Amino acid sequence: MNNIQKNRWKDQAFKFWGIFCTMIGLVLLTIFIGDILIDGIRRIDWDFITDLPSRKAENSGIYTALMGSIWILALTTIIAFPVGVAAGIYLEEYAKNNKLAGLLEINISNLAGVPSIIYGLLGLEVFVRIMNLGASVLAGSLTLSLLILPIVIVSTREAIKAVPQSIKDASFALGASKWQTIWHQILPASGGGILTGVILALSRAVGETAPLIVVGALAYVPFAPQSPMDEFSVMPIQIFNWISRPQAGFIENAAAAIIILLGITFIMNGIAVYFRNKWQKKWK
Amino acid sequence: MRKIKELIIEKTLMTSALITIAVTLGIILVLSIEAIQFFSEVSIFDFLTDTQWTPLFTEKHFGILPLLSGTLLTSFIAISVALPIGLTISIYLSEYAPKAFRKAVKPLLELLASIPTVVYGFFALVVVTPFLQGFFPDLAGFNSLSAGIVMGIMIIPYISSISEDALHAVPASLREASYGMGATKLQTAFKVIVPAASSGIIVSIILAISRAIGETMIVAIAAGQQPRLTLDPTVPVETITAYIVQVSLGDVQHGSLEYRTIFAAGITLFTFTFLLNTLSYRIRKKYQEKYE
Amino acid sequence: MEITMENPKKKDVVLDSIVDTSLKKTPKIETKNIKVWYEEFNAIKGISMSIKPNTVTAFIGPSGCGKSTFLRLFNRMNDYVDGFSLEGKIKINGQNIYKKNVNVEELRKEVGMVFQKPNPFPKSIFDNVAYGLKIQGIKDKQLINDRVISSLKQVGLWEEVKDDLKKSGLALSGGQQQRLCIARTLAVEPSIILMDEPTSALDPISTAKIEELIFQLKQKYTIVIVTHNMQQASRISDYTAFFYLGELIEFNKTKNIFTNPEKKQTENYITGRFG
Repeated sequence: MNNIQKNRWKDQAFKFWGIFCTMIGLVLLTIFIGDILIDGIRRIDWDFITDLPSRKAENSGIYTALMGSIWILALTTIIAFPVGVAAGIYLEEYAKNNKLAGLLEINISNLAGVPSIIYGLLGLEVFVRIMNLGASVLAGSLTLSLLILPIVIVSTREAIKAVPQSIKDASFALGASKWQTIWHQILPASGGGILTGVILALSRAVGETAPLIVVGALAYVPFAPQSPMDEFSVMPIQIFNWISRPQAGFIENAAAAIIILLGITFIMNGIAVYFRNKWQKKWK
Repeated sequence: MRKIKELIIEKTLMTSALITIAVTLGIILVLSIEAIQFFSEVSIFDFLTDTQWTPLFTEKHFGILPLLSGTLLTSFIAISVALPIGLTISIYLSEYAPKAFRKAVKPLLELLASIPTVVYGFFALVVVTPFLQGFFPDLAGFNSLSAGIVMGIMIIPYISSISEDALHAVPASLREASYGMGATKLQTAFKVIVPAASSGIIVSIILAISRAIGETMIVAIAAGQQPRLTLDPTVPVETITAYIVQVSLGDVQHGSLEYRTIFAAGITLFTFTFLLNTLSYRIRKKYQEKYE
Repeated sequence: MEITMENPKKKDVVLDSIVDTSLKKTPKIETKNIKVWYEEFNAIKGISMSIKPNTVTAFIGPSGCGKSTFLRLFNRMNDYVDGFSLEGKIKINGQNIYKKNVNVEELRKEVGMVFQKPNPFPKSIFDNVAYGLKIQGIKDKQLINDRVISSLKQVGLWEEVKDDLKKSGLALSGGQQQRLCIARTLAVEPSIILMDEPTSALDPISTAKIEELIFQLKQKYTIVIVTHNMQQASRISDYTAFFYLGELIEFNKTKNIFTNPEKKQTENYITGRFG
C-alpha cells in the first residue's frame, strides 16, 4: 500500500521533471531568439542589407555576404539535387540487396556523420588545389554539395519507400519499363517528400561556416560575386567575423545579421514542413 | 532500343551513387597523404605524447593531446547537459505527453538542431559567458564551460528525437502488459520500455557524441584558441576543429608543415567520428532486425 | 423472460432476474448503464450486467461490437486512449472503480489481464513472472522465488522451463509465451482475470492447453474472456454475453445462449449467418 503510493508520487514527480525539461529547451530557444532580436533588430534597415562591409561598424552591411550565400545556395542546389536524387533512386529501385547496395548504405550512413570541417579539408585539397578552382563560389558549392549529399539521398529513399507498391505494380502490369514507372509514377508520387528533404538539406548548407572557412572563403570581400569563379563570403562567415571583433558596434551587426540568417533558415524549414504535411496527407 | 536506354539510365544513376564512395575515398586519401607527409617530419610518438601544441610559434611542438583534451572536455560538458535533459524529454514525450503536445513540441525541439552553429557561438560568447561570470567571477571570457553548455543545448534534439523514435517503436502491447499488472508509467518506462529501446537510445547518444566532437563554430567562437592540456572548464582551450579554423583564417603556405598540421588534426578527428559512426551503424542494424 | 435493450429500465429488471436465479453470492463485477465515447463515437451504448465470482464469462460478438472496449473498462485500460470518456458506474467487489480517488495501480493488481498476442517482456522467464512483485516493491527473494515457481506450476509451464529460467521469455513458443503471460498475471494474485482473445494468435494444441488452464483457474479466479471463437465460448464459459454495435443483446447461461437464444440477432450470429 505504502509502496504503491510512493510509486505514484515518484511517477508524478517524474512527469513534472519531464515537462520542465521539455520546456527548458523551448524556453532557451525563446530566450536565444528574443535576446538576439533585442540586440539586433534596430540595426536592420535597407542600408544594412545593401551596404558593403566596412571598417566602421555603423557603415557595414551584409550585401556581399548575402549575395555570396545566394550564389552558394543556387549552385549547391544545381549540383546536389540531381546527383542526390539519382543516387537515392538507384539505391531504392535498382541496387536492392546486392553487395554494392550494402556497401553504399554503410558508406552513406558514415558520410552523414563526418564532421563538416572534414569536408572543408577535402574541398580545400581537391577543388581548390588539385582542380585549381581557387577559393571560388564554385569550390565552396561543390564542397557543400558533397556535405549535403547524404541528407538528400536518405530523404529521397524515404520518400520513394513511402510510395505504395500497388502503384508500381499497376504501372508494370500496364507494360511500363522500370524507368517509365519511376519517371511517370514514383517520382511524381514522391516529389513532395524529396523536395522536403532537399530544402532541409539546403537550409543546413546555408548555415554552414566551418567548411567554407577551410576552403578559403573570405571574411572581407569588396564586391558581390559575378561568376562562379569569383571569391566570396557568406552570411555565417560575416557573422563570425563580426563576433570576433571587440567593438560593440560589430556585435550589434552580428546580431542583426543573425536575425536575417535565422529568418532564412526558419523560412526554409517552414516550407519543408509545409511540403511534408501536404505530402503525408496524400497517402492517408 | 528501349533496353539500351534503360541500361544507360541505370548506369547513370549508379554513377551518382558511386560518387558517395568516391567522397569517402577522397576524404581518406586526402587526409592520409597530407598526414603521411606530416608524419615524415614529425614522429608519431611525439604527436601522441607531447603535451604541447605550438605549430604556429617559433618553438614548435606537435603534441595532439592539448587539442584532444579540449575536444573531449567540451564534448563531455555538452553530453552532461544534453543526455539527462534529452533522455527525460524523450521519455516524457513518448510515455506521458498527450499526442497533440508531442506532435507540436517535437518539430519545435528539432528547430534547435537547425539553427546555424555560428548563432550558438554568438550566444555562448555574448550571453552565456557573461551570465555565468555573474556566478563564477573567475571564469575567463573564452572557456569550455559556456561552449560546452551551449553545444549541449544544440544536441538535445539529437538525443531526444532519436531516443523518442526508439521508445515509440516499442510495441504498445508491452506497455499494456506492464500497466495491466499495476505498474505506473514511470516503472513501465524504466523497467520495460527503456531496456527494450536501449539500442536505439545508445545510437542516439553515440551520434550526439560524434556531433559534439566534430562541432566547430561554437568552440571556435566561445572556447578560445589556446591549446592546453587541462580539465579546467573555466579557462580558454582549443579543440581540434577550432585549430583547423584558426589555421584556415590565417595565411599559411600550401605544402608547409603548418599547412599539414590541419590534416594531421583532421585525420585524428575523422578517426574518432568514424569509429563512433560505425559503431552506431552496427547497433542500428542489429536493432532494426529485432522489431522487423 | 423478455429482453428489450431499447428500454434501460426494463433491462435492469431482466438482469435482476438473472441475478436472482444464478447469482447467489454478491456480484464480483457490476456495471450500471455504461456508456463509452471515443471523441464523438459512441462505442458502448448503455450496458448493465453482473458477473458473479468464480465463473467464466465469455464476451462474443462481431468485430467492433464493443466487447473488447467493455472488457478493458474493468481494469481501466481505456484510460490511455485519446478522447475516451465514460458514463455510468462499474463496481468491482462493491467498489466504484471510476471514483476520483481510486488507485488505478491497486485496481490492476486485483484485476489482471491477458492480451490477444502473447507479450512477454524482453526479459528472462523468471523476471517476467517476478515483474509484478518487483514493481510493488517486494524485495523478499524467497517470497518472489516461491511465487514465481507456484505461478509457473499453475499454468503448467514449470516442467518445461524450470532449467531455463534465465532464458529470454521471447525464446519460448507462442503457446508457452501466452502461458508465461498468464503466470505473470497470476503471480500478483489478482481475483479477476480479463482475457482479450487470448488464443487468437495460437495454434490448436496451444489453444487447447490454455482452455484447459482457464477451466482450472475458475476455482480460484473470476474470469472474463473475449473471444471470436464460438466453440471456445461454449466449451469454457458458464455465462455468455453477446454484444452488437455497442449494445448488450443477450446475456445468459452459456447453455441457454447456444441452445436456445432468445433474440434473433444472437441466433443469427452463433449460427454463423453474420459476423
